[in-house]
Amino acid sequence: MTLSMNTPDFLIERNRERCINCQVCVRQCANEAHGWDAEEEKIFSQDALCVNCHRCVTMCPTHSLSIRKFPLEFRENANWTASTMKAIYKQAETGGILLTGMGTDRPYPVYWDQLLLNASQVTNPSIDPLREPMELKTFLGRKPEQLRVINGKLAEALPPQLELDLPIMFSAMSFGSISLNVAKSLAQAAETLGTFYNTGEGGLHEDLYKYGKNTIVQVASGRFGVHSEYLNAGAAIEIKIGQGAKPGIGGHLPGEKVGVEVSRTRMIPEQSDAISPAPHHDIYSIEDLTQLIFSLKEATNYEKPVIVKIAAVHNVSAIASGIARAGADIIAIDGFRGGTGAAPLRTRDSVGIPIELALAAVDSRLREEGIRNQVSLVVGGSIRNSTDIIKAIALGADAVYVASSALLALGCHMCQKCYTGKCNWGIATQRPELVKRLNPEIGAERATNLLKAWEHEVKEILGGMGINAIESLCGNRLMLRGIGLSDRELNILGVLAAGE
Amino acid sequence: MKRVYAREEVCMGCKLCEVYCATAHSEYPLDLVKAFLKQKMKPLPRILVEYNLSISFALQCRHCDEAPCTKACITGAMQKDSVTGIVSNDERRCVGCWTCILVCPFGAIGRDNQGHKVASKCDLCSNVADQTDTESFSNVPVCVQNCPNRALQFMDSVVEGEE
Ligand code: SF4
Ligand code: SF4
Ligand code: SF4
Ligand code: SF4
Repeated sequence: MTLSMNTPDFLIERNRERCINCQVCVRQCANEAHGWDAEEEKIFSQDALCVNCHRCVTMCPTHSLSIRKFPLEFRENANWTASTMKAIYKQAETGGILLTGMGTDRPYPVYWDQLLLNASQVTNPSIDPLREPMELKTFLGRKPEQLRVINGKLAEALPPQLELDLPIMFSAMSFGSISLNVAKSLAQAAETLGTFYNTGEGGLHEDLYKYGKNTIVQVASGRFGVHSEYLNAGAAIEIKIGQGAKPGIGGHLPGEKVGVEVSRTRMIPEQSDAISPAPHHDIYSIEDLTQLIFSLKEATNYEKPVIVKIAAVHNVSAIASGIARAGADIIAIDGFRGGTGAAPLRTRDSVGIPIELALAAVDSRLREEGIRNQVSLVVGGSIRNSTDIIKAIALGADAVYVASSALLALGCHMCQKCYTGKCNWGIATQRPELVKRLNPEIGAERATNLLKAWEHEVKEILGGMGINAIESLCGNRLMLRGIGLSDRELNILGVLAAGE
Repeated sequence: MKRVYAREEVCMGCKLCEVYCATAHSEYPLDLVKAFLKQKMKPLPRILVEYNLSISFALQCRHCDEAPCTKACITGAMQKDSVTGIVSNDERRCVGCWTCILVCPFGAIGRDNQGHKVASKCDLCSNVADQTDTESFSNVPVCVQNCPNRALQFMDSVVEGEE
């Protein structure tokens, strides 16, 4: 053994005047940061094991615990920051890729926070959503070039559409990366709310088939759990090309997370690593994508819209144009702040572009080419609150995907240790004693509450703008003004500066 | 009658039910810190969490219709209330002979050896209500109220043949 240069990230503080030695913290920390010293009849803690997930802090009945940043300082250095140096110590010790979870924590600009919304004054009346009707219903799917009406009826059938009671869906998280209780919570919430959750690439567990009409089933590069019953179980099919947190790379679910249920759902042997290749090995061009889109449509009788999900990367607008022309009904774009159950740290923190810019660029491009009606746009990658949603829709999205916010509602504390499989909140884990910490009944209530609260806020703000239907906001960039942005950024976003 | 039922599938073995039960039956029923740190005798829970790996659930007196402990009690301290159905131990009359512990089919009775020996068992918080004089305690037992994951439910009998 050689000397490890790793020092703790966090400091566990216990107020001994309040600690009643009940050992709830000991039982709740899966990282074993707390222990019971039977001889001293006292709790002890090991700072180095703490990941700052707040499980013990929240559960301690006497509020005796607090976690702080470990106070150890290096000599001040703006270039060699503590996290940069510690990463080197870690890699020098392990020789491995640095792994992480959730979305990037780097201080990149958040364009949502540099966009301001409009409100009605004098010349156009604002609307009170409590007294007047306010429509948030959203239809996702290909819209025809024109509507022909014969005898008061549509002459041609509309292409298949997804009907959402509010423009928010839960984005893809696979059973395997998250626990079954998370999937159950979100599926139930989607049903209550009249929206959709997404299976991710983990297949559909048998307990979840009953939520089929609120399910989007995903087909990803590993093709886990894909069979005819699966494709037909959902309301739409999503082809996953990329993910915002790790564009260009695949996925890897370690064998230890592949228990009986995951193995049956994914149709792979128990304890085997589930590796999703970086590319789909049958897609090397837009023509290949067309083929997969239509194979899936054929397999489901042309009854379900097909979504193609990509990560926001440099050429995103050209790629989106190709996807629209390839026959997708909906394009989902995932920004670089999007979450993940596990990703290489360097990829997460440096690859991809912000969703705000990607969305504006894609919407502008599709309009210029006259094909915006052919696809609906759904964006995700760190939608944090109701105004992010309104701004996204004003920039050109039809609806948003949320995942990190939904997990926060379920208890996630953003410790970024999802990849360890020891999530103390029962979310990113398959360990049965941890999974049962998330009661799906409570989870469904909390996720429903969050979206209901956002729904109220969206209505309130729409009313303030004098708009009574969310569809009238879609792409209405005049409702936005930029603040603190360069001309170039304003140009890409297609918005005026505040005061203009 | 209403009883406390455990939902094993969502019990996480945290034992907060034990902590709150012990406090509610202590000298400081509303103060966890004083109950555990100031009171001379260690507060004892009347609910016990059984666990083995991922299996855990909280167990307490089932308040049996034909309660064997009431029949076996040598002093008549253990009684079933004919109106509420609650089986409780009159600790002043209990002599600590542990006969009730021998006959309880659920192992739901504990021993309190600190000071005057008494059998310690769940009273469905019926005495807690008098002590704390708060409305909320009188309806739902403390363990049920404080379980963070709804793993305990207070409801009418789910077992066939039970009243
Ligand atoms: S949970 Fe709180 S009171 Fe209980 S032992 Fe831990 S720090 Fe002490
Ligand atoms: S890892 Fe979480 S539960 Fe464990 S000590 Fe740290 S904050 Fe508490
Ligand atoms: S899901 Fe769990 S492990 Fe991942 S960041 Fe949230 S609390 Fe941490
Ligand atoms: S408080 Fe609830 S979850 Fe915790 S051990 Fe008791 S019954 Fe189980």
